[in-house]
Amino acid sequence: MASILAVDDSASMRQMVTFTLKGAGYEVIEAVDGVDALNKAKGKKVNMVLTDVNMPNMDGITLIRELRKLPEYKFTPMLMLTTESAADKKAQGKAAGATGWLVKPFNPDQLLGTIKKVIG
Amino acid sequence: MSIDMSQFHQVFFEESFEGLDVMETGLMELDLGEADVEEINTIFRAAHSIKGGAGTFGFDDIASFTHVMETLLDEMRSGSRDVTREAVDLLLTSVDCLREMLSAVDAGDAIDEERKNSIQAKLEVMLANGSGTQPEKQGSNSGGTGNDHPTAGVWKIRFAPHPHLFRTGNDPVRMFRELEHLGELNTTVDTSKLPPFDELDPEESCFEWELELRGECSEDDIIEVFEWVDEDCDLSISRIEDKSEQNTDPENDPSISKGSTGVTEEKPEETQKIQQKLPATKKKASKKTSNENSSIRVGIDKIDALINMVGELVITQSMLSQISEKFMLEDIERLRDGIDQLERNTRELQENVMQIRMLPISFSFNRFPRLVRDLASKLGKNIELKMSGEQTELDKTVMEKIGDPLVHLVRNSLDHGIEMPEVRKAAGKPETGVLSLNAYHESGSIVIEISDDGAGLNTEKILQKAREKGLVGEEEELPDEKIHELIFAPGFSTADQVSDVSGRGVGMDVVMKNIRDLGGVVEIKSEKGKGSTFTIRLPLTLAILDGQLIRVGRHIYIIPLVSIIESIQIEEENCNSIAGKAELYKLREEYIPVVRLHKLFNVEPDSKKLSNGILVVAESEGQKVGVFVDDLLAQQQVVIKSLETNYQKVDGISGATILGDGTVAMILDLPGLVDLSKKDSGRSSHKEVLMAEEAVA
Repeated sequence: MASILAVDDSASMRQMVTFTLKGAGYEVIEAVDGVDALNKAKGKKVNMVLTDVNMPNMDGITLIRELRKLPEYKFTPMLMLTTESAADKKAQGKAAGATGWLVKPFNPDQLLGTIKKVIG
Repeated sequence: MSIDMSQFHQVFFEESFEGLDVMETGLMELDLGEADVEEINTIFRAAHSIKGGAGTFGFDDIASFTHVMETLLDEMRSGSRDVTREAVDLLLTSVDCLREMLSAVDAGDAIDEERKNSIQAKLEVMLANGSGTQPEKQGSNSGGTGNDHPTAGVWKIRFAPHPHLFRTGNDPVRMFRELEHLGELNTTVDTSKLPPFDELDPEESCFEWELELRGECSEDDIIEVFEWVDEDCDLSISRIEDKSEQNTDPENDPSISKGSTGVTEEKPEETQKIQQKLPATKKKASKKTSNENSSIRVGIDKIDALINMVGELVITQSMLSQISEKFMLEDIERLRDGIDQLERNTRELQENVMQIRMLPISFSFNRFPRLVRDLASKLGKNIELKMSGEQTELDKTVMEKIGDPLVHLVRNSLDHGIEMPEVRKAAGKPETGVLSLNAYHESGSIVIEISDDGAGLNTEKILQKAREKGLVGEEEELPDEKIHELIFAPGFSTADQVSDVSGRGVGMDVVMKNIRDLGGVVEIKSEKGKGSTFTIRLPLTLAILDGQLIRVGRHIYIIPLVSIIESIQIEEENCNSIAGKAELYKLREEYIPVVRLHKLFNVEPDSKKLSNGILVVAESEGQKVGVFVDDLLAQQQVVIKSLETNYQKVDGISGATILGDGTVAMILDLPGLVDLSKKDSGRSSHKEVLMAEEAVA
């Protein structure tokens, strides 16, 4: 079963994402911010990382940069959840090593569609 | 798949309200002119989360409104806009508006469109002519030149990823799979860039691909597939054939054989099997019936501690039942140990459960910075708010009920207490008035102080007003404390001018009533020209009470221990009765009224003779009263059961409890008793009390 690390500081978004992904048969590891996610990611391998950008303690872009430094996350697809107005964020994210992005707001179908695109 | 999004709404509302509080607090603390980026970032993040959630969960009004706020905050964060007072004020108003909108949506009501639109318009005006650079949406890379209508055709795509492509987590196979959804795909790999084996870095991408896509799609569709990698590859897309219904034979296609080397073709067909149908998860979330069910956040550690204690309780219980199975007299020591342990466990469990209901009073204090700020600017006064003891904990229910009285007292101090700057200056005081809020624990109560360094209560004016209203006789003289208490009389207000801040004369009496209902008291200390202090004393919790058990005849009652001053043997010669009715007892040069419980509740005592019983001297609302009882029993903690929920309110009784042997005991309400005994007709009949007992049991 494919595992996904879902990172968001907003409880409702996290719940929605987790519920949707679990419903589709993925294994989900939840984290509340970048620091939490990094701790949970270490020593483990997931099939994909899905992270919000604006978060306290460590934002999504820094998280992606940090994860890419870890050998087991060198090629892992990492998507960031971003808003349409943040074009510069997309560029920053790409520079940090993000695979791609998912534009907020999205609905569960769009979420699953994008994930399917990445990890099948 | 369809997912019922409403199941996430409640969490969204809760976190949004929290986010709004964060924004409000943050905005209040912003320094004008040179604001700390991290502070603005915190506010921005809260707004951003609300916007994201609102968009996701379908609250478009809220999302669009928050978007404008967020843009403004973003400009402040990036430094392209100064943090001005107008901007902060407008943002604060927007926070209020957002809160109203969220509450409305939460309650299932329509939002106030007019208010929303007017504030949103103001925000937009500020954005338009502010110092900010408009962060307009960067035109997405839709290089499409009118090619966005899908037409059947054959597309030739050259895809040459840069070497680092894999390190972005992207995979060409993924994109080919996507292209397959658009039409029939033929892939040809070009390995000419492949370095000699000993120079090969397996982590780099060195293939290039020629792709041919036959199907109904537009150029934009193809660009979208490569959207995430547009800077990580060289991509060229061209249309080689228009309306090619002919030439569907791949054999004839020249591009297939061209450049084809021994390398296996990436035939992505196999990936198709991966897209099995996802199981449709149709979990109908039970609709939240209403938003009335209030929740409380409890730290995991507190819950863990509880579970731990329940575990110990279970162990103790099994130990006790083991002893009882074949009980021998020599086991008595073990039995006693077990019961001791049980008692300890129970007490700890009780304390910890109570702890869960305890919240720091900062939850209540938090609204004051905003309130004081708004009110001060409305009144044209300079006011500094000082808060201390915010971490003092009290019961959630008490906190909820004390909120409004506190607000009222604070408004009152701001409006009537602290003077206008020029008046203060003339009086030789600093122009900025100080309002202090303080909270602390003291002997089982929580004490909240609201003090100001304003003008103090004007005793002459109060007395004059009271005389006008007929509350005090023309010739009657009163000590200052009594005059101060007059402000709690119903319908009393000395404000020269009725302002919309306070001073309609409703309120102070309500404040008093609310606090009394909670079993609390208010004291006023005031000195003319120096300021006033209102001190509220409240029980820590409404659920448990330290009580003194007393007996009248065969009935047991409970008096709250906090109000008992002393219990004495009655000496006949100190008893006086006035007009053969009201009885007074002389206690050290003080006369206190005697309340005969047996008479009030119409029960049969051991003796009606005062000298045979005991007088429990208790204080309620600053007045002493002697309760005549047959006997004093144990002191113990009792769990309060509300009479209102189990039966109905009975005068003179504040609640009931169930004692260790299963009998019901009534908890006396001292202020009520005093009132009752003044009427002296024993209104709470024996029958009513008996019925209450039955209802609770």
